[in-house]
Amino acid sequence: MIWVIAVTIFWIAALGVNIRIANSAWGNTRAGRIFVPVLFGLTILIVWEGLVRGLQIPAVILPPPSAIAVRFSESLDILWMDFVQTFLKGALSGFAIGCGAAFLTAILIDRSPFLQRGLLPVGNFIAALPIIGTAPILVMWFGFDWQSKAAVVVAMVFFPMLVNTVQGLKETEAMQRDLMHTYAASYWQSLFKLRLPAAMPFVFNGLKISTTLALIGAIVAEFFGSPTRGMGFRISIEVGRLGLDMVWAEITVAAIAGTLFYGIVTLVEKKVTFWHPSQRK
Amino acid sequence: MRSIIPILTVVAAIFAIWFVGSFFMNKQWTLDQAERAGTTLSFSEVLADTMTQERPKLPTPIQVFDELWETTGAKVLDGKAMSKRSLIYHGWITLSSTLVGFVIGTLAGILLAVGIVHNKAMDMSVMPWAIASQTIPILAIAPMIVVVMNSIGVQGLLPKAIIAAYLSFFPVVVGMVKGLRSPNAMQLDLMKTYNAGQFETFWKLRLPSSMPFLFTSLKVGIAASLVGAIVAELSSSPLAGFGGRMLSGSYYGQTIQIWSALFAAAIVAACLVGIVGVIQQLTLKKMGMAQ
Repeated sequence: MIWVIAVTIFWIAALGVNIRIANSAWGNTRAGRIFVPVLFGLTILIVWEGLVRGLQIPAVILPPPSAIAVRFSESLDILWMDFVQTFLKGALSGFAIGCGAAFLTAILIDRSPFLQRGLLPVGNFIAALPIIGTAPILVMWFGFDWQSKAAVVVAMVFFPMLVNTVQGLKETEAMQRDLMHTYAASYWQSLFKLRLPAAMPFVFNGLKISTTLALIGAIVAEFFGSPTRGMGFRISIEVGRLGLDMVWAEITVAAIAGTLFYGIVTLVEKKVTFWHPSQRK
Repeated sequence: MRSIIPILTVVAAIFAIWFVGSFFMNKQWTLDQAERAGTTLSFSEVLADTMTQERPKLPTPIQVFDELWETTGAKVLDGKAMSKRSLIYHGWITLSSTLVGFVIGTLAGILLAVGIVHNKAMDMSVMPWAIASQTIPILAIAPMIVVVMNSIGVQGLLPKAIIAAYLSFFPVVVGMVKGLRSPNAMQLDLMKTYNAGQFETFWKLRLPSSMPFLFTSLKVGIAASLVGAIVAELSSSPLAGFGGRMLSGSYYGQTIQIWSALFAAAIVAACLVGIVGVIQQLTLKKMGMAQ
């Protein structure tokens, strides 16, 4: 009971601090904008810990964050092995192949308005479908190892990436293209010097959507069969054994990997599209 | 309208590639069988066999659509529409948890967005997490939620609906916050000169101008809900729904069953997104916002 009361008091106190900061001059500074969400996140963790201890919730339903942290630090080698299998081998290679193929396809069909008019609506349509459902088929075709996971990721990222790139390649204005024409620029010159740079904001939009899809595809595909390692494999096995602290540790890894992956793509985007209005300060 | 011919061409090309793919992927099995039987087959015999195998590596479109018809339309004609071998039965299981989850997720998302727009502390604490959570593979927690809820005695539709709700929640929050903030300073000032309070500004300006954003998020959300329900079904017992059909198909090597479940799921997804799209057009037209 003492735990429940303690975390309630802590929660009210943290809430009060956050409200005070948000409504003061601090709230508009950079430090305030970082401090408030961090305190909010910490509050959730502490309230979670306190409630689990205070109400004596069994660990097979919801383990406390401290137990998850202990499990995390104890099984770093397993987590790393799973990370390599799922993220580096499955998700990343699929991401590279899928996005690369979509990018090249977009440039190829760029020369044919007929193909564009046909492929864009179809691509948009397919991008809205539950492509994750191809996982059992692709696992059957490519076996249990990472190749099948990469194939699922390719299937998932291809169309969002294709649609975005094709859209981006249309972004130049007639005036800009005419200017390239007066410079006697060839098709390839105007592609590399004008249209690809102009397409980059869209390309990166596609890449950013694909980062999340890649991780989801690689993890869910492992539910349909995998070697005895991998994040999705570990999650489904440990759920079956009610080792929920390990499941949460894997989810932490997935969250960190997903955020970092997205963050890195965003950083590259900032460097590449520094000229775009959305990136200017 | 001038896009129809290109679209049909692309679709036709996809089916053509599919048939050719079926032939090449299923050929090996046919040839192996023939070799074991000690016979040699002519090309047309091989072709005929690759199109009609019972457990092909890649079923042909005809086989898939036959299976789709047999498990839906034919069952209805037999009066067994809700039997366990009918895709309508499984589709309904998936659809019901999708829709329940979608409604819960959307309502919760709109409520949170309203809070975020009106309360600065909430905005600063929650919004960064809502955005960050979109980069996290949330689907990974689906098996855990299903099993944990099962162990505290909650079964059936609810665990799947929770996952579906969870997946549609964040797109709606992010979209609605953007939408509720879309009125510009001039419009907000005008409301002030009318002596409108926060409540009236919300109902008469913020909410109406958020509609285009809301519908865009709803389209993303309902597709995500369906994916969530399907993935949740992978770990629910008894195996049912589209996800269950896919998993049991993959256990027993019933490729045609997997493909038909996949296509049925795709059709349902397309219909759901289409329905949201129609509602969007009607609403925006009525509100004078249609582009």
